[in-house]
Amino acid sequence: MEFDPEMLQQLGLKALFALLMVGAVMTMAGYSVLAERKVSAWMQGRVGPNRTVLPFVEHIPLIGPFLKGLGIFQPLADGLKFLFKEEIVPGHVNKVYYYMAPLVALVPALTTMTVLPFGEYFDEAGNSSPLILANLEVGILFIFAVSSLGVYGIVLAGWSSNSKYPFLGGIRSSAQMISYELAMGLSLLPIFLWVSVPGSEDSALSLVGIVNSQNDGAWLILVQPLSALIFLVALFAETNRLPFDMPESETDLVGGFHTEYGSFKFGIFFVAEYAHIVVGSAIFTTIFLGGWHFLPWIADPWPATWIGTLLGIGWFLAKTVCLIFFFIWIRWTIPRFRYDQVMNLGWTKLLPLALINLIVYVLLVTWLDQPPSATP
Amino acid sequence: MAKTVVIERKPLSLSERTYLPQIVTGLKTTFSNMFKEKVTLQYPEEKPQLPQNYRGVPTLVKDPNGREKCVSCQLCEFVCPPKAIRITPGSVPEEEEDREHVEKAPQEFEINMLRCIYCGYCQEVCPEEAIFLLDEYSSSGYTREEMINNKAKLYELGGTLPDKHYKWDKKKDAEEEGNAH
Repeated sequence: MEFDPEMLQQLGLKALFALLMVGAVMTMAGYSVLAERKVSAWMQGRVGPNRTVLPFVEHIPLIGPFLKGLGIFQPLADGLKFLFKEEIVPGHVNKVYYYMAPLVALVPALTTMTVLPFGEYFDEAGNSSPLILANLEVGILFIFAVSSLGVYGIVLAGWSSNSKYPFLGGIRSSAQMISYELAMGLSLLPIFLWVSVPGSEDSALSLVGIVNSQNDGAWLILVQPLSALIFLVALFAETNRLPFDMPESETDLVGGFHTEYGSFKFGIFFVAEYAHIVVGSAIFTTIFLGGWHFLPWIADPWPATWIGTLLGIGWFLAKTVCLIFFFIWIRWTIPRFRYDQVMNLGWTKLLPLALINLIVYVLLVTWLDQPPSATP
Repeated sequence: MAKTVVIERKPLSLSERTYLPQIVTGLKTTFSNMFKEKVTLQYPEEKPQLPQNYRGVPTLVKDPNGREKCVSCQLCEFVCPPKAIRITPGSVPEEEEDREHVEKAPQEFEINMLRCIYCGYCQEVCPEEAIFLLDEYSSSGYTREEMINNKAKLYELGGTLPDKHYKWDKKKDAEEEGNAH
């Protein structure tokens, strides 16, 4: 291959962006853990972590105690604790898969974000192009394909731990994943039907296309509330969040799939779970909440310059953070479903509902899109 | 005889069967809880309000004249269920004028806080009202030896309590007036 400095530059830029994005998502995952602890504390009449502070920050007047009270430095302490704890590997595990499982859980969570658009920038002519690591035409398919790989991490962990509770957790996780994946995919089909314009060259499977279809118009959650609901419920199941946290239901499975894991390997599972939530919230924002666009039916109020780019990204992040809060809020509100109820809900309620939803929108879209000459 | 009334449970309506209205109600509850006053006590900075009859660490007290009240009768040692108290009895030197008529005093008085169960029997049984369970509740140490409170420590913890009787003063007065009982 010929040496091409321009390509090298491109590659470098991409790598830089990728690092930035991984950093952003990991930071958000770390701070969602803090948010989880804080919000749960507030909902239960407690104050949550408010002791950890860096030595020099403590002495800043006003700001120091405020940050300390918010527990801003708690994720740092948690991370360090995981890093420096003794690594215990039980003797009865299958070593190869035991070591592999946390990585298999983390990698898909971080891979899905490559196709996630999070903003747009404008060139001198005022044309906008999306901020995205890899603008795939079939972005949403890629997300579906990769994000369901995350379950392999859990199944592997459950199986390789060679112990009963992780094993049950792994089984539950795979069963749950199968039952909710279908409803999840079906709930998004009406979205594609709705977004794709007949005869258009653009792929309706592109996340950028979906976001831009919501510019200046209704958000898709308003157009298709049922799809949004099914997708959200399936997202909860997919991210193993309460009320569907079957794989690690503490009360009946000790710790579920990560019972035999400790120190940093457990930390990776933990971060992977929260990275899943962050990415899941971002996907929901992209598809149903208009991405980086302002409110429904209101054009973006920010100028088409770099200021607009930053405000758009900020707005996108704000929506994502609200959704993360919603995830946490639900967790501390609803008790866990029983395992058979989860299966029941998935197969006999959500799946038929998603099918009906699809058929209704197929008919509706067909009726709306028929050529004017065909109408009597 | 009370009559049991069996109330028929109404079949759930469609909206109830979707769970959604109930979930929204639950969400409202948890959200409003977020802004309520916190019940947590910030412990080392804020101390709890102890009730009057709180049973904390057992201590030895002195009377307002600064005299040792314990006469080492060893009743507390005898009654102590976990055998946490150990007393080495000693005598009071004759020349100590402010302790006239007191025959005995503990030479050493040890309470093992690793054994103590804070039952308060020692306080209850003490005829001299010399041992009290006061409001000190946090005792900690790095070694087992540190957790055994000796006499000096016990008096340091107990301090002085008001005395209703001034037993030794009465005894002295009685002897001077020739009315010893």
